Amino acid sequence: MVNTNSSNQKKHFYKKKHRDQMKHQVLTFAMMIAFTIIAFGLAMADVSPMFTVPIILILAAVQVLFQLYYFMHMNEEGHQWPSVMIYSGIFAAFLTILALTTIVWW
Amino acid sequence: MADDMLKSGNLPENPERATLEGRNKFLGFWFFLGGETVLFASLFGTYLALRNSTVDGPSSQELFGLGLVFLMTVILLTSSLTSVYAMYHMKNNDFKKMQLWLGITVVLGLAFLGLEIYEFVHYVHDYEFGYTTSAFSTAFYTLVGFHGAHVAFGLAWIISLMVRNAKRGLNLYNAPKFYVASLYWHFIDVVWVFIFTVVYLMGVVL
Repeated sequence: MVNTNSSNQKKHFYKKKHRDQMKHQVLTFAMMIAFTIIAFGLAMADVSPMFTVPIILILAAVQVLFQLYYFMHMNEEGHQWPSVMIYSGIFAAFLTILALTTIVWW
Repeated sequence: MADDMLKSGNLPENPERATLEGRNKFLGFWFFLGGETVLFASLFGTYLALRNSTVDGPSSQELFGLGLVFLMTVILLTSSLTSVYAMYHMKNNDFKKMQLWLGITVVLGLAFLGLEIYEFVHYVHDYEFGYTTSAFSTAFYTLVGFHGAHVAFGLAWIISLMVRNAKRGLNLYNAPKFYVASLYWHFIDVVWVFIFTVVYLMGVVL
């Protein structure tokens, strides 16, 4: 094997790359746990719902973005079509919830 | 060269997208997830519209206990991380460790499902909160139960993949299968984030 050395180097490079990605993912996980604790804490604390509800919804949205971009690898290359599909889904989902909560079940 | 790469031990970077079949599965699965988003949105929208229609049945404030929900949330979130670990080992071509982390994911998923079944039994027996008690109960059980069914399906999926490929090892044929199953598992956690926020936390607050 002539190219053993270069293929070893390649392997080493990818291993390091994967390790770095994993670090980000563990950090993401820690932040998601923190967000969850904040959301539960807010719900249990004696705070006005007008304040609590928007904050916990924003925390949920950020958690979902973490999940999509880090855990589901949407931050990596080659994810243009997945983005198109999931954001189209989110757009249709938004319209669905809007219609159901305002006019359909009135 | 191509034949060589099909065998384990010499997988390319991103083995889940290295073949045309793998790329199609990857793309098709994201398409499916977009559709699932809308499906869950219709259940969320219905729940939001009917959450105060309790008739004589118990209301969300009387029912929900945040301790159990917090435990379930942490379990499911952790299982999402363990399946990330499984994909990390897949990319490093370490089949045994991938199977181990998938196994841990399955155990956590089973724990989550067990707690959810306990929760439903508790509501039905101690609060007489059945499926037909009120519009709120129907919307609640349909939304949360649908998510629970996704967890059960995801578990069956991951277990079948682990058993079917136990002796095969990792190759370009099954790498996309494992990858797509892990995407499904993350998506289940995505939906749960909104369930614990919109159903449980808002149910206690509002």
